[in-house]
Amino acid sequence: MSMDRERMNIVIAGHVDHGKSTVIGRLLSDTGSLPRGKLEQVKAMCEKNAKPFEYAFLLDALKDEQNQGITIDAARCFFKTRKRDYIVIDAPGHVEFLKNMITGAARAEAALLVIDAKEGILENSKRHGYLLSMIGVEQVSVLVNKMDLAGYDENIFLSIKSEYEKFLRHLNIRPISFIPVSARESENIVTRSDKMPWYQGTTVLEQLDSFGKSGERSSLPFRFPVQDIYKFTEAGDDRRIVAGTVETGRIRCGEEVIFLPSRKRSVIQSVEMFNSDLRDSAEAGEAVGFTLMTQVYIKPGELMVKVSEPLPVVSFRFKANIFWMGKAPLIKRKKYKLKIGSNRVSVELVQVLNVLDASDLTSIKNKQQADRYDVAECVFETAKPVAFDKAGEIRESGRFVLVDNYEIAGAGIILEDRADQDSILKEHVLQRESLWEKSSITHEERAAVYRHKAKFVVFTGPQDVGKQKIARALERKLFEQGHKVYYLGIANIVHGLDSDLANEACDREEAVRRLGELARILTDSGQIFIATISDADDYDINALKTLNAPNDIFTIGVGGNNFDRFKPDADLERMDDTNAAVEKVCRLLKEKEVLLEYHL
Amino acid sequence: MDSLGKLEAQSIHILREAYKEFKDLVMLWSIGKDSTVLLWLARKAFFGHAPIPLLHIDTHFKIPEMIEYRDRLAKEWKLNLMYGENRAALDAKQTFPDGNADRITCCRYLKSEALRHTLSGEWPRYVFNHVEGKYIPDPDPKPFTGVIVGVRADEEGSRSKERYFSPRDKTSEWDIGDQPPELWNQYKTDFAPGTHVRIHPLLDWTELNIWEYIGRENIPVTPLYFDRGDGKRYRSLGCWPCTGSVESRARSVKDIIEELRTGKFSDIAERSGREQDKEDGGGLETLRREGYM
Repeated sequence: MSMDRERMNIVIAGHVDHGKSTVIGRLLSDTGSLPRGKLEQVKAMCEKNAKPFEYAFLLDALKDEQNQGITIDAARCFFKTRKRDYIVIDAPGHVEFLKNMITGAARAEAALLVIDAKEGILENSKRHGYLLSMIGVEQVSVLVNKMDLAGYDENIFLSIKSEYEKFLRHLNIRPISFIPVSARESENIVTRSDKMPWYQGTTVLEQLDSFGKSGERSSLPFRFPVQDIYKFTEAGDDRRIVAGTVETGRIRCGEEVIFLPSRKRSVIQSVEMFNSDLRDSAEAGEAVGFTLMTQVYIKPGELMVKVSEPLPVVSFRFKANIFWMGKAPLIKRKKYKLKIGSNRVSVELVQVLNVLDASDLTSIKNKQQADRYDVAECVFETAKPVAFDKAGEIRESGRFVLVDNYEIAGAGIILEDRADQDSILKEHVLQRESLWEKSSITHEERAAVYRHKAKFVVFTGPQDVGKQKIARALERKLFEQGHKVYYLGIANIVHGLDSDLANEACDREEAVRRLGELARILTDSGQIFIATISDADDYDINALKTLNAPNDIFTIGVGGNNFDRFKPDADLERMDDTNAAVEKVCRLLKEKEVLLEYHL
Repeated sequence: MDSLGKLEAQSIHILREAYKEFKDLVMLWSIGKDSTVLLWLARKAFFGHAPIPLLHIDTHFKIPEMIEYRDRLAKEWKLNLMYGENRAALDAKQTFPDGNADRITCCRYLKSEALRHTLSGEWPRYVFNHVEGKYIPDPDPKPFTGVIVGVRADEEGSRSKERYFSPRDKTSEWDIGDQPPELWNQYKTDFAPGTHVRIHPLLDWTELNIWEYIGRENIPVTPLYFDRGDGKRYRSLGCWPCTGSVESRARSVKDIIEELRTGKFSDIAERSGREQDKEDGGGLETLRREGYM
């Protein structure tokens, strides 16, 4: 009973009113793929509205669409040929609906791009051409439609073909074919037209059937974005399963893997799948799970790759091409959410290298933002390093979207990494310090009077390990010794300075920034400033250190930590005896000459 | 990978994404073939477990075998199952079978409104208690803000416009003209407080795919889908007063797949047995805008 039919998603793109829906309507009707009564129903509807019947109405199944007469969304229709089943995605040609066009094209393995023979190449003929290339649709056939209105004239066809070929060459797109058609008259759609004997190529249907299936992704390096980590202990299941979809490549049990950006390593123990035969390997496209030989602490969002294959880049900065769909422009000094693979991280626009008008690919000079429907080459910086590949090498792990105000507002492909440049934070601190208004009292004067140096003391570690308790006791102890000290309770900042922040990844970064700036001010006053921060990683501590500069930071890890390479100045056990912990910290502060004993 | 494998992987990916991103998540289970495949895919996504609670809207006019089947699977698969209803409309007999409402209005009362108020937690829900083996009032009637639904794009026009992750505003309205872009396995998973999301993991499946998958995975379905001797079977299941059967001698999943492949129904809409679709020109679309699934 194995009759699994091949299936292909195709998208129909092009400028508004160039006849995309008519092409689909024709394909549906001429391949006998319409449900009985559907045609009659639409014809009756047209008669009722005193409109001439058009195939396009077939697709516009929704009431408000028929009122407006335009396709507003990438609607799907199904039809089949002897070779395979097609899902046709009708991408709207109106500029307002570009995000729908993107949605449609991203699902497609091949595209038909429709151009009106009489109107010629218009804005969205070009924009859609560009977007198809950026999204990665490799197979494109161009239909020069409405040939009936152009007198089936070969010269008109050839002139459009030559002009559009020239344009597409800039985008590195080589269309598989140009086909002169009249969708309304059914010329060259399913059967060869006798009105255009000068054309010897394929019909649209023949062209569709000769499109290849998209390339073999299993031969590329293994890329597995960790979507989630499951443990259903309550249901009596002790497996700890790393779940996700294999983007590219393949992997077997026993192979060594590395998680990026954390760089933790383990070995694949088993491939997990419910209601399936026992598996010892998994490959591109499969939604699976893995158990590991050694348990490592990793979070969803990491990229699991094989140690034996070329590793992706791990970096803060990259150059990318981006298509912007947001209502508000893409601007600098604003935080966006980057979604790449299963990773979500806060990101900022650093530099706009070039903004292209996608309708003619001319570049707009000196523009420092991307407006709606602009295509821009930009440099971005993330708050934490991300793992990626250049889209030109492995497109699945080199593409991303940007979220602005809850909406997916941009789509991009990574061109290269830019780790060589200074970070936004460093640049900010350089600028801040150059403008800092220095007190007439020097740090040395304050230290002499206060009998200690200024210091930012940070306790970190997992939640609920007693950090706050030790920090409070330290404040009391130092105070009783006559030091200028202040402990900032976490609630005091969450419900005060940070009360405008929600509980999001991007906001965590902002909370860290505010704490760092606050530390800079309080240490400038000569005080010992004590704060706690749960689950800090290398990048959080690095941000605090950078922001507190030129003053010093002293870090104390409590009950283990998430650090990869960073070593805290002191490590305390979970729930250590508070007095002993405080003594230990005081001793260290003396060793580091923060507390100036010899002045006593 | 074959076509079914790809569809399965895509749906699993979407289910896992939903589970990770939304806290107050529920999956609708109509007892029909599509939402049962969806439930099976959830068990696949979560390695044999079904961590997302299931909600059935009981109109109390469902074909009785459907309810028997529902409760049997709930026990066998240890499902976290609950049901909701429009008690007021049922008590007041404001229904089509009682002769006090047309079909569309009846659907609106018993399905759309029951669903809306059950999701919000305003109306009582009943949870299947596995210890006592019966339904008890939900002790925690929190609102659900993410709803997983087994609609397919090939069912009828309005469904072909859906996204995998489709936002709805506070009143469950669907703004078809302004939907979020979806590309490269990235979906709209960020929501302003107060908005809801509908998640549609089966959007790309066809009726044939559903049956092929039921066959491949050996998923139990209710016998109503098969000819039980009278030369008729149900192709789409709903309430008995509004659901018609089709002429068919298909007695097994294999027979149904054969039947669909021969194109016997290729010119008859799958929901043609569902009478409410035929009223008001675009009845289902009107209902869907208002929150019907």
